[in-house]
Amino acid sequence: MSIKTENNKAWFLIIPVIILMGLNAFVPLMTVINYSFQETFGDNVFFWEGLKWYDQILHSDRFHSAFLRQVMFTSIILSIEIPLGIAVALALPRKGALVSLCLVLVALPLLIPWNVVGAMWNIFALPDLGLLGKMINGMGIDYNFTRDPLAAWFTTVLMDVWHWTSLVVLLSYAGLRSIPDAYYQAAKIDGATNWAIFRYIQLPKMKSVLIIAILLRFMDSFMIYTEPFVLTGGGPGNSTTFLSIDLVKIALGQFDLGPAAAMSLIYFMFILFVCWIFYTIMMKDEGK
Amino acid sequence: MNKIKASATTIYILFLMLPIYWLVSMSFKDTSEILGGFTLWPQKVTFQHYITIFTDPTWYVGYINSITYVGLNTLISVTVALPAAYAFSRYRFLGDKQMFFWLLTNRMAPAAVFALPSFQLYSALGLFDTHWAVALAHCLFNIPLAVWILEGFMSGVPKELDETAFLDGYSFPRFFIKIFIPTVAAGIGVAAFFCFMYSWVELLLAKTLTSVNAKPIAAIMTRTSSSAGFDLGLLAAAGSLTIIPGAIVIYFVRNYIAKGFALGRV
Repeated sequence: MSIKTENNKAWFLIIPVIILMGLNAFVPLMTVINYSFQETFGDNVFFWEGLKWYDQILHSDRFHSAFLRQVMFTSIILSIEIPLGIAVALALPRKGALVSLCLVLVALPLLIPWNVVGAMWNIFALPDLGLLGKMINGMGIDYNFTRDPLAAWFTTVLMDVWHWTSLVVLLSYAGLRSIPDAYYQAAKIDGATNWAIFRYIQLPKMKSVLIIAILLRFMDSFMIYTEPFVLTGGGPGNSTTFLSIDLVKIALGQFDLGPAAAMSLIYFMFILFVCWIFYTIMMKDEGK
Repeated sequence: MNKIKASATTIYILFLMLPIYWLVSMSFKDTSEILGGFTLWPQKVTFQHYITIFTDPTWYVGYINSITYVGLNTLISVTVALPAAYAFSRYRFLGDKQMFFWLLTNRMAPAAVFALPSFQLYSALGLFDTHWAVALAHCLFNIPLAVWILEGFMSGVPKELDETAFLDGYSFPRFFIKIFIPTVAAGIGVAAFFCFMYSWVELLLAKTLTSVNAKPIAAIMTRTSSSAGFDLGLLAAAGSLTIIPGAIVIYFVRNYIAKGFALGRV
């Protein structure tokens, strides 16, 4: 990478971005911060409440359990999608006529609107009408994702794996493609095992794209709303009510602006904190 | 080994296609067949659901709305991201790293956090229920993404290109439009693909910012499933149709997919 020139006039090139992001990110964020310290009874009358809402949210069982469910969900899907994505990327053909077809088919789930994904899986998993539901029940397992929390979790996780593993596959595949054939030939001459090739050639080359994959999957799964909302509606009970679903319930359903705003900020800060750690690792790597 | 790989690929793709197959096959069954019992494929193919969608304006207008705001958003995001990405890839300036990180943090903001304030903001601006409101609101996550992708691609272009052009007497705008943009065309394609993708699939903001005139197709589907009884066939047909624009876009960028998903960073 070439060395960058010092030039503060470069700010002018960023002005359009700053204006648009100011409108869409800064103004709403400030509104949320404003609400998080106040109480309102409507008619635009506000009372200063200080840290009351933060205190309330941080000590509420409802938030704790939604947060726990969210962490559990994200950990489960990360531990399935990342290894599975790498494995599929390794198995995909590297050359030949089938490459394009495979890539198009693999990318397809990524471009389906999220609520259609939810609706599709709803239809697919219905115990009496859906292919998946019928199959599982046919194996003699009692399966009904609208009534049994475990089945609801299983369906939600499977849906997310279906929906997003492709992103990991495509990123890893892009990393693999950047490895010159000469590396493999050299490994062959040295008599390297498949595991050695993976560990010492493929994995290091995939590292930077894998960090992006983990980062994107972490953020997106932590913000997940539409798919589980359409599939299970957060139920049965609250068993699949993740943070965003809970937040929308409080903010747009009950119009509890203060608690919703405080919860939003805690939620956002947590994502930021985790991403900041990733980002630091990433930048340290690029500096080398 | 190759056989194992080929069968693993096949199984994975089959797994991806099954729910889509089920949705599409459901859309060709008539309501009595769907509710009558379990059939693996439509016994009597019917187009009635598709006919309903294409003849009823409350349905097909949804597609036009979605495509309008997605197109607008992609155009806006890529256009403003281009000069910014150039600045980040070429220059060091006061607060550049902080600015870049701040941009990325917006990609991490849950839409649920921004739904209510965005609704109030666009209502105050008088843009509520217009395509512009959704197109602008989706900039929240698409501009950072576009800047990020383009910055990666631009950093891969040697700096000598700029220097030679300036020595040849090109002004900055002319160099940028005539030489630089064509050079990073692949990156622009990839960035546009991602912007299209995220704007097309997002629903929470799109639903919150519209009521009648700019309602996206995805939101119309939710309304139908809840109010007018659960008409699975119609829902399946509408869902199947939402897959088509994505499939077309993927087809166009198929040769860039592998490279582009690395965001220019391999």
